Amino acid sequence: MADIFTKIGNLDRRIIFVLIALSVIIPILTDLIIPNIVGAEPSRDLFEFVDSLPPGSNVIISFDYDPSTMPELQPMAEAVVRHLFEKGHKIIGMALWPQGAALGQDAMSSLSDSLGKEQYQDWVNLGYKTGGGVMIVRLGTSMRAIFPTDRDNVPWSEIPMLQGINNLDDIQLVISLSAGDPGIIAWVMMAGDRYDIPIGGGCTAVSAPQLYTYLQTEQMVGLLGGLKGAADYETLVGIDNGQAIRGMSPQSVAHIAIMLFIIIGNVAYFMQKKRGGAR
Amino acid sequence: MNRLPAVILLLLMLTAGAAMSQSGGPPPGDEIRSTALAPVVSSAMELEAVDTPDDAGGNVDITWLMEAEGTVPDSLGVIRTGPSGEDELLAVLPTGTLLYRDTTALNGTTYSYSIVSYYRGEIAGASGEVSAVPSAQWLYSGRVGMMIILIILMSIILYYIETGKRGKELFIREIAGLAAVDDAVGRATEMGKPVLYIPGIMDMDDIQTIASMVILGRVARKTAEYGSPLLVPTSRSVVMSVAQEVVKEGYIQAGRPDAYNKESINYLTDDQFGYAAGVDGIIVREKPAAIFLLGTFYAESLILAETGRSVGAIQIAGTAMPSQIPFFVAACDYTLIGEELFAASAYLSREPKLLGSLKGQDAAKLFFIVLIVVGVIAATIGQFWPPLESVAEFLRDLVTVN
Amino acid sequence: MRLIIPLAITFTSGMIMILNFFIPHQPFALLGDNLQEWYMIVASGAIFLGAANLLHVHFRKIRLKLKNWKYSPVTIVGFLVMIILGLFYGVTENLPFDYLFMNMVAPMGATMFSLLAFFVASAAFRAFRASNWRATLLLTSAFLVMLGQVPIGAMIWDKIPLAKVWLMAIPNTAGQRAVMIGAAMGVVATSLRMIFGIERSYLGGAD
Repeated sequence: MADIFTKIGNLDRRIIFVLIALSVIIPILTDLIIPNIVGAEPSRDLFEFVDSLPPGSNVIISFDYDPSTMPELQPMAEAVVRHLFEKGHKIIGMALWPQGAALGQDAMSSLSDSLGKEQYQDWVNLGYKTGGGVMIVRLGTSMRAIFPTDRDNVPWSEIPMLQGINNLDDIQLVISLSAGDPGIIAWVMMAGDRYDIPIGGGCTAVSAPQLYTYLQTEQMVGLLGGLKGAADYETLVGIDNGQAIRGMSPQSVAHIAIMLFIIIGNVAYFMQKKRGGAR
Repeated sequence: MNRLPAVILLLLMLTAGAAMSQSGGPPPGDEIRSTALAPVVSSAMELEAVDTPDDAGGNVDITWLMEAEGTVPDSLGVIRTGPSGEDELLAVLPTGTLLYRDTTALNGTTYSYSIVSYYRGEIAGASGEVSAVPSAQWLYSGRVGMMIILIILMSIILYYIETGKRGKELFIREIAGLAAVDDAVGRATEMGKPVLYIPGIMDMDDIQTIASMVILGRVARKTAEYGSPLLVPTSRSVVMSVAQEVVKEGYIQAGRPDAYNKESINYLTDDQFGYAAGVDGIIVREKPAAIFLLGTFYAESLILAETGRSVGAIQIAGTAMPSQIPFFVAACDYTLIGEELFAASAYLSREPKLLGSLKGQDAAKLFFIVLIVVGVIAATIGQFWPPLESVAEFLRDLVTVN
Repeated sequence: MRLIIPLAITFTSGMIMILNFFIPHQPFALLGDNLQEWYMIVASGAIFLGAANLLHVHFRKIRLKLKNWKYSPVTIVGFLVMIILGLFYGVTENLPFDYLFMNMVAPMGATMFSLLAFFVASAAFRAFRASNWRATLLLTSAFLVMLGQVPIGAMIWDKIPLAKVWLMAIPNTAGQRAVMIGAAMGVVATSLRMIFGIERSYLGGAD
């Protein structure tokens, strides 16, 4: 009996990997649906803030992530873009990460077509610019100087929706979808604190604990944390069967699997300790 | 004959129209409307012009309200009168605009401003005039509190640096991760395996990367002394260049310049997970006995640490990223948490000036602790006793940056 | 001289940026703006340095037939293909560069990130032991947050998501702030040491 607990305590991690893989694959293959419930979360705060903006507001979405974090952040991007389009706001897309511009283009162009929005009238993708926080500070002086053309080399002066926009003072909200640095923190410090622009964000689940500090000080108006945040936003926007909502099932099962591993590991630990064999 | 009255009427109308147009009046057909219902166009009122605060000068902010009665103008014009007395149209603004910033003024010069209302291409109303003199400010008014705090912090740190220079004994508690550096390198030497040093994934503009380079210099000297191979894969080319210099200097200081191998410090990729994949490959192939993960890490931290654990390496990690510290604590043998990473250079060198700055850092932290405790008490009791609420307000303003 | 010039540049640049933050008056505003633009230019230039080093390292590996040299042609071919396609076709959607990016680079990056799920499970199994009351408290909090982060938590008990929000907003925030303040103090002290030339080891051989 003691041997069993020792074996369990020293379980080959490849068995853990296989069980985790199954806990994700099986819900996907069996189309398990667990309905998403949105409580009093920071994701609801962001949704309500966007709702409260007057129609036609200028909103910057900064796609500060790369393909590795696409599974968490792209559903957020699509839900947020859809919400902004449905509310009649103008989207100015940009990126602090090189690959973010392409991912943002993907989100905006696909939804633009399906919702009858026009590029350069309702949305524009200014593309990637290096510099991180330094670049954001310069946007406070002149956006046109930083982005003389958009991502497709169309000059600023030929983009109708950008006429009348000089700097961050003409922006009503910035939403940074970020996987790290530069990202939300740079926007909060350089745009939110310096120029008093409302900042919303979406981040990976790992980064969310750190960003709660900015929510509490009201330096951020809302936050989408991880796939759950994306699922919450999809639910609030009314996207049935969105990518993030579908992801909640395997995530739920995987979380339960990890909790079971922890419990089993602790049982084995205590049994070994009881028999004087724990390390 | 029946058409004659119509022709006469037509002629009269044409003649009247010609006469009206010669006199410069409104176009034919409009004269009836314009004389009977001349619109009263709404004008700007309560005009204010002030020097733009907290700027380098040359800016004046003009604000106004619009009269509630009257026809809404088509557009508004901002008129500026300079010292020469000539009027200049600065801008034509859409109706509904209530503010404008003049960015072309000269410091020290008095300008007068007024707002005119345009209706059908003509000026149909005007506000009164207001004056302002733009000037440059020497201090951002919203950052005075931060400046005071920075001066206090700098004074504390510089004071302790001076104390250290004067030779006073300064106590620093043991930091387990740093004390284990020698043991880790020694272990690698005994096992005949390399030491792997991962300086994080950010560039040299990140303070944590700089702190990591400092520790790399010490580790390089140790590996040179012990004769262990040192591998340093980097995620940024500039970090690679700096790391090469730092390691080379470490080998020179250890008296082993011949043992320095430039190729062991190489650049992999900027891509976060491409770098993680590359380092994992190095770990699995080279099987280092000691792994240092010191610098800025993001999501790849656990991937690196778990792979290192799987090959049985002793791992010393250090980062100031709050989100990654738990992963390192779970997977590594020693973890430097937050400012312990920045304390490394002082701890390892024991140089008095550096130790002094470390003490100063701690004293500055104590200052903040006191500030927080006072602020929390003031804010809590201030809900029931207003004088303390104003103390809490003062402290909030002190630490707020505008 | 080798030391004095970099130290002088560090001191001057550091002081300009500090003064630029507090003083809007010229010339600090202009100097600060210029430095920020120069930084953006240098950051862009570093990309070329990285690319050149990558090619140099791998060509050398092939030439000298060093260990694992057979992987280097794969790296070089991948690098050159993406550069050439990007230059010729641009980054517009549905053209070759974008196709390769979305169908190869994106899935590969996502795969690497997904490894975290497995490693978190194995680390949790190995390291999360309720060996004392503090560890037990940590485990309980972890369970509440994990359940609150998925819909199942609300289905088990509707208070679990509220507990999760409270844990994230209060104890977690307090802990995060403590680490952030400490780290920020470390950053301030290290920056001051560098600006005033006390810390020089990052320059290499400057002790």
